[in-house]
Amino acid sequence: MMSPHSSGNRQSARSFLPSARIWFALCLAMLGLLAGLPAHAQLRVDISGTGAQQYPVAIADFSGDAAGAQIAEIIRADLTRSGQFRLISTSGSNLTVDTPIAFDEWRTRGADFIAYGTVVRTPDGRFEVKYRLGDTVKRGPLDGVAFSGTEKELRRVAHQISDRIYEKITGIRGVFATRIAYVLKQGNTYELQIADADGQNPQVALRSREPVISPAWSPDGSRLAYVSFESGKPVVYVHQLATSKRFPVANFKGNNSAPAWSPDGSQLAVVLTRDGLSQIYTVSAADGSNLRRITRSPLIDTEPVFSPDGRSIYFTSDRSGSPQIYQVGLDGGEPRRITFNGGYNISPRISPDGKTLLTVTRRDGAYRIVSLNLTNNTESFLTAGRDDQSPSFAPNGMQVLYASVQGGRSVLAGVSSDGRVRQTLSILNGEIREPTWGPFSK
Amino acid sequence: MKARIAKALTIAAVAASLAACSSVSLDDQAGAGADGSGILDPFNPQSILAKQRSVYFDFNGYTVSEQYRSLVETHGKYLASKPQQRVVIEGNTDARGGSEYNLALGQRRAEAVRRMLTLIGVSDTQVETISFGKEKPKALGDSDADYAENRRADFNYKR
Repeated sequence: MMSPHSSGNRQSARSFLPSARIWFALCLAMLGLLAGLPAHAQLRVDISGTGAQQYPVAIADFSGDAAGAQIAEIIRADLTRSGQFRLISTSGSNLTVDTPIAFDEWRTRGADFIAYGTVVRTPDGRFEVKYRLGDTVKRGPLDGVAFSGTEKELRRVAHQISDRIYEKITGIRGVFATRIAYVLKQGNTYELQIADADGQNPQVALRSREPVISPAWSPDGSRLAYVSFESGKPVVYVHQLATSKRFPVANFKGNNSAPAWSPDGSQLAVVLTRDGLSQIYTVSAADGSNLRRITRSPLIDTEPVFSPDGRSIYFTSDRSGSPQIYQVGLDGGEPRRITFNGGYNISPRISPDGKTLLTVTRRDGAYRIVSLNLTNNTESFLTAGRDDQSPSFAPNGMQVLYASVQGGRSVLAGVSSDGRVRQTLSILNGEIREPTWGPFSK
Repeated sequence: MKARIAKALTIAAVAASLAACSSVSLDDQAGAGADGSGILDPFNPQSILAKQRSVYFDFNGYTVSEQYRSLVETHGKYLASKPQQRVVIEGNTDARGGSEYNLALGQRRAEAVRRMLTLIGVSDTQVETISFGKEKPKALGDSDADYAENRRADFNYKR
């Protein structure tokens, strides 16, 4: 067995550099090619559907440096993927950050908002990126910020600008500068990878010959908990991304799996079989101490997730004879059954506002992601695949990331929380499993 | 409470079926031929303990079916006669469904085998049950036969 090794994300924001290991061919189905971006390749993005409401927005190429067009293209791709924006052509506009904006002209072109800016390469080789956002209806400025960064950091700067545009227009915090984690299986090798929310810039956090499942982000984004089979059985590890330091946080007799962080990051809920069948426990995330048993059933209890207030846990149990979702308070009490439709509901994920529960449900032999409104108990199918698994909410609750099987291979897929806009990101030389969306970046 | 009663009934049923099997001698089952299959040594590839070390399950099932009870009993009697011998029961599932639920289901299969061993007199300290869920499939295809091959608990003896 090859021993796993780690490489941290110290070389983060490798945006404009070609990756040494994986070669990407980026193809944005609705936007055409991102000219000029070094091919990081073999990642293909396909988008379909449109949001219920689409804000018409114009994103002009940033002036002053060749990088300006690339930044604008990344922003356009971000906003398009959300499904909440319709891009208005900016051809022939030549705007700098200091250009007085002819609001009426942009309004005539159909844009309610116009973003523009300038990139300047400073003598020390850094880049200064200045951006403004104008409201053509109110005929005034909405935002204006200057960023400074290295060439490698320009992609991140572009995502941060996307986040500002998104929040200024929709009133909801953007998630374009967040990260995702997933397991890439290539042959007999498993890699735990961290990538930008658009699938770009992947970094390898762990490489192993044995399976890795169930990655879970700490609330501050600094650590991942996951299950690795490297010792011959499932053991839960906590992995510090900046230092690559990792340790087994739950390694008891039998299986150790399904880690979930408490909202304050101090505790992990884990599933252990030390006392027989799978049951839910909590341990200290810092060192695995303070083991405490949460559920007591003679059957399977697994896949815990904390409610946003940290006071209860949603989990999967087959105590009714088939797997269903339950909720139990951390201070005791009887678990309450949450799902009743269908004979197989697993993998609960609660929305950041606590009002919506995602599950994977089996209906007619297919596994699909279902969204359950906990206020009025109505459910809606978010996906229509044969084998859709491992859903996770974006930290703003507006999108859902999941693993889907297409053409016999497992790919990364996304869907807006209202089910209207779908996207897939497929890597051509491997299978993507167990994706999970990270928290807001600081 | 209901679940506890159900569990007690299950154990009673298992015990009853074991009692029913107990008149079958090990040698009869093994065929005790000149090929060495009558040797009870899990580390001898010719031994029945090495050749027949898998219990198969129905889709989403976790009860040891009648046809595998004599196999489990053979292993159980051997283990009961060798209190120092340790074994890991490894549960597996087919590829359908979620990773974590399958991990739990595989564990439930391994645990079903362990409970039978306990009734035969194997000490708890001899047996560890673990699960690989759907993560380490023996059959890599997605036919019904491949799925059936992967719904399995294996005896893995420790040296």
